[in-house]
Amino acid sequence: MPPGITLAADAPELSAANTGFMLICSALVMLMTPGLAFFYGGMVRVKSTLNMLMMSFISLGIVTILWVLYGFSLAFGTDSGSLIGWSSDYVGLSGIGITQLWDGYTIPVYVFAVFQLMFAIITPALISGALADRVKFTAWALFITLWATVVYFPVAHWVWGAGGWLFEMGVIDFAGGTAVHINAGAAALGVILVIGKRVGFKKDPMRPHSLPLVMLGAGLLWFGWFGFNAGSWLGNDDGVGAVMFVNTQVATAAAMLAWLAYEKIRHGSFTTLGAASGAVAGLVAITPSGGSCSPLGAIGIGAVAGLLCAMAVGLKYRFGYDDSLDVVGVHLVGGVVGSLLVGFFATGGVQSDAKGLFYGGGFDQLGKQAVGVFAVLAYSLIVSAILAFVLDKTIGMRVSEDDEISGIDQVEHAETAYDFSGAGGGAGSRKTASAPAETVAAAPQNKKVDA
Amino acid sequence: MKLITAVVKPHRLDEIKEALQAFGVQGLTVTEASGYGRQRGHTEVYRGAEYTVDLVPKIRIEVLAEDDDAEQLIDVVVKAARTGKIGDGKVWSVPVDTAVRVRTGERGPDAL
Repeated sequence: MPPGITLAADAPELSAANTGFMLICSALVMLMTPGLAFFYGGMVRVKSTLNMLMMSFISLGIVTILWVLYGFSLAFGTDSGSLIGWSSDYVGLSGIGITQLWDGYTIPVYVFAVFQLMFAIITPALISGALADRVKFTAWALFITLWATVVYFPVAHWVWGAGGWLFEMGVIDFAGGTAVHINAGAAALGVILVIGKRVGFKKDPMRPHSLPLVMLGAGLLWFGWFGFNAGSWLGNDDGVGAVMFVNTQVATAAAMLAWLAYEKIRHGSFTTLGAASGAVAGLVAITPSGGSCSPLGAIGIGAVAGLLCAMAVGLKYRFGYDDSLDVVGVHLVGGVVGSLLVGFFATGGVQSDAKGLFYGGGFDQLGKQAVGVFAVLAYSLIVSAILAFVLDKTIGMRVSEDDEISGIDQVEHAETAYDFSGAGGGAGSRKTASAPAETVAAAPQNKKVDA
Repeated sequence: MKLITAVVKPHRLDEIKEALQAFGVQGLTVTEASGYGRQRGHTEVYRGAEYTVDLVPKIRIEVLAEDDDAEQLIDVVVKAARTGKIGDGKVWSVPVDTAVRVRTGERGPDAL
C-alpha cells in the first residue's frame, strides 16, 4: 500500500474515475475467493471436494461480518503503539460519511473498506488448502474467526495501516506479499504441524480429482489478481497502477514457463497442474514487488518464483509435513521470494525512490524486506499454531479417522459433489402404466427423495 | 447357451458393437470396468509426486449366445477389439443354465 499521493493543490477531491475503478477492483478481488475454491477443490479427491469449496466460501460470510463489526477498525483505525488500530467511527462502519474520503486519497472510505475487506476474506481462505480432507467445519469456522481477529487484522495494520510499524519502517509490500501470502502460508504451516497428516499421507494415492477445475480456478485467480494488484494503488493518477498491472501479467507468464520448464526437465512432462501452480506462484511473488520493479525485473522475479516454488512443493515429502495442496510451497515460498526480491529489483523509479541491490541501492531495502518477512512469518506461524492447539484441545480440529476415510463431504455437509450413479435415478418411484395398483399403494410413503 | 464376456479397451467399443450387430446379435450389456493385465498400469506426475495407477479403465461387454454361435461370436469380438498393442484385453465364455425375457416370460434360446 502506497503512502498518500500528495497532490500539488489542496486536499484531494472525490474522483469518480478512481472510485469506479476501485469498486470494480473490489469485485475482481471478491471473485478470487471462489476462484481459489475451485483451484483447491479440483486438487482434492472426489470425497472432499465440497468441503474444500466450502472452506473458502465460508470466509466470504464470516470475515465480511467481522470486518463490519470491528475488523476494519482494528486494521485501519487510528494507530496505537504501531501494533493495532481502533476508531469507533469504523465500528459497524457506522460513523463514516458517504462522501468522506480515505485520508490522502480520492476515493471514499467505504470504497477503501470494501476493497480491503476482499483481502481479509481471501487470506484465511488461502490457509484451507493445507488442511484438506480432515478438519471439522465448525472448527474451521471458529479458526478463521479467531485467526482474522488476532492475526490478519493486526498484521494488515502493521503493513498497511498509517502508523503500523512495518509501514513506517519502509517495508515495501505493494499488495500483500507479507500481509496476505506469507501470513497465510505461515499460518498453514503452523496449523498442520499441530493437527498432523491426512490418513494415508505418502502411502495412498491422492491425485487431484479434476484438473479442469484447477485450471478454471487458476484462470479466475489470474483475472481477479489484476484488481488485487493494480487496485492496491487506490487510484490511477500517476500511472503506478498501470505498471503494476503490466508486471502482474509479465511475472505470471514467466513463472508459469519456469515451473513448466523445471517439470519437463525433472519429471519429463509439461503438466496442467504445473502450469496452474506456476501461474499462481508468479502472481504471489509479484504481489509485493510489482510496484517497484520494471517489466524485465518482473520476468526475473516471476522466473525465480516459479522455479523455487516448483522445487519447494517436494519438501513436504522429505520432511513429512502434510501441506496438502502446497500452501506453504506456493504462498509462503512465493511470498518470501517476492518480498525479498524487492530488495534486488526495486528500480527507484515507480512507487517510491527506494532502490534495490541491482540498481545501486545497496542492502538497505533488502534488510527492511527481510525484517518484514521474518516478523510476519514468525508471528503468524506461532499464533496460528497456538490457535489450532487450543481448538484441538477443546472442540477438536479433526474429524474422526473413519469419517476422514469415508469422506468429509458426507459427514460434514450431508452432500456429495457428484452423482455418478446411473442406476436408481428415480426409477423406483416412477409409475409405469402396467404396474399393478397394489404395488404402488404398498410403496412406503417416504418423504426423503430416494436417489 | 453361453455368456461371452469381453474386457477390452474402451475406444474399441464402437467397432465391437458394429461387428456384433453385423453378426446378428440383438442385444448386449456394457459396463465400465477397471483392471490390469500384463501391461500393468501407468505413472502419473502431480507437482513432482509420482503416482502409479494400477487399474486402467476398460469396457466390459457381455453377450448371451446360443452354443453353436459362441465360438464364431468370440472370433468376431476378438477381431474387432484387436489393436495389436499390449492391453487389448481378454474374451471368455461360460455356460449359462437359463435366460428369461422379462417382458414376455420366454425362456432359453427364445429369450435371446
